[in-house]
Amino acid sequence: MPAVLRVPTVLRPAMGGASVIAVEGSTVGEVLFKLTTTYPAVKGQLLNDDGTLHRFLNVYVNDDDVRYLGGVDALITNNDEITLLPAVAGGLW
Amino acid sequence: MLTLSSLHHDAIVAACIRALPNEGCGLLIGTPDGKVVDVLASANVADSAKVYEIDPGVLLRAFRRVDQEGIEVLGVFHSHNHSEAYPSPTDILQAPDPSWHYVIVSLRDVPAELQSFRVLDGSVTPEAIEVVD
Repeated sequence: MPAVLRVPTVLRPAMGGASVIAVEGSTVGEVLFKLTTTYPAVKGQLLNDDGTLHRFLNVYVNDDDVRYLGGVDALITNNDEITLLPAVAGGLW
Repeated sequence: MLTLSSLHHDAIVAACIRALPNEGCGLLIGTPDGKVVDVLASANVADSAKVYEIDPGVLLRAFRRVDQEGIEVLGVFHSHNHSEAYPSPTDILQAPDPSWHYVIVSLRDVPAELQSFRVLDGSVTPEAIEVVD
């Protein structure tokens, strides 16, 4: 189903430059996987090798953090707005 | 250069002090020329004295707000409670946006010290902070 994806500034150079793009998929995982095939350069910033969400990527569907909606299994419905928010973090790791 | 009012300066320091013993953190909202118009303190969701992570809900609201108001997320601040105001290797690694201002507040000494940096491809460049009333 078509949904709208808001692309963060830091990912735009690797994703065609647009701030908003149309995406297809019935789950968050499907949408993100399709993005990684269209834009291979961002694969390592979106998904882990096992298909789970990258530790430093927050994904919202409308107003909800998908970590509380089943992660990559969160369902996408028509006209949902998906927002990718790379974590802002730092420290002595 | 980063420009902020004395009120914003004090708001940043206060947010970091309130977060003790953890690191404090928040976002800087402002105009593209680097003038801060608001300081958004965030919970440190890492809940740690050595690392910080901005609450993603604060990030979401900030990006929606700047889209509506035609301003920008200028950068992020966080505190170093026992060390100098200079980015750690992880701060540098985790600083992906070369357009952002990375402000570090050292609470090691009194008064607190603020320094701002730009980070491009792992290279750190200090920049001036102008505090205006």
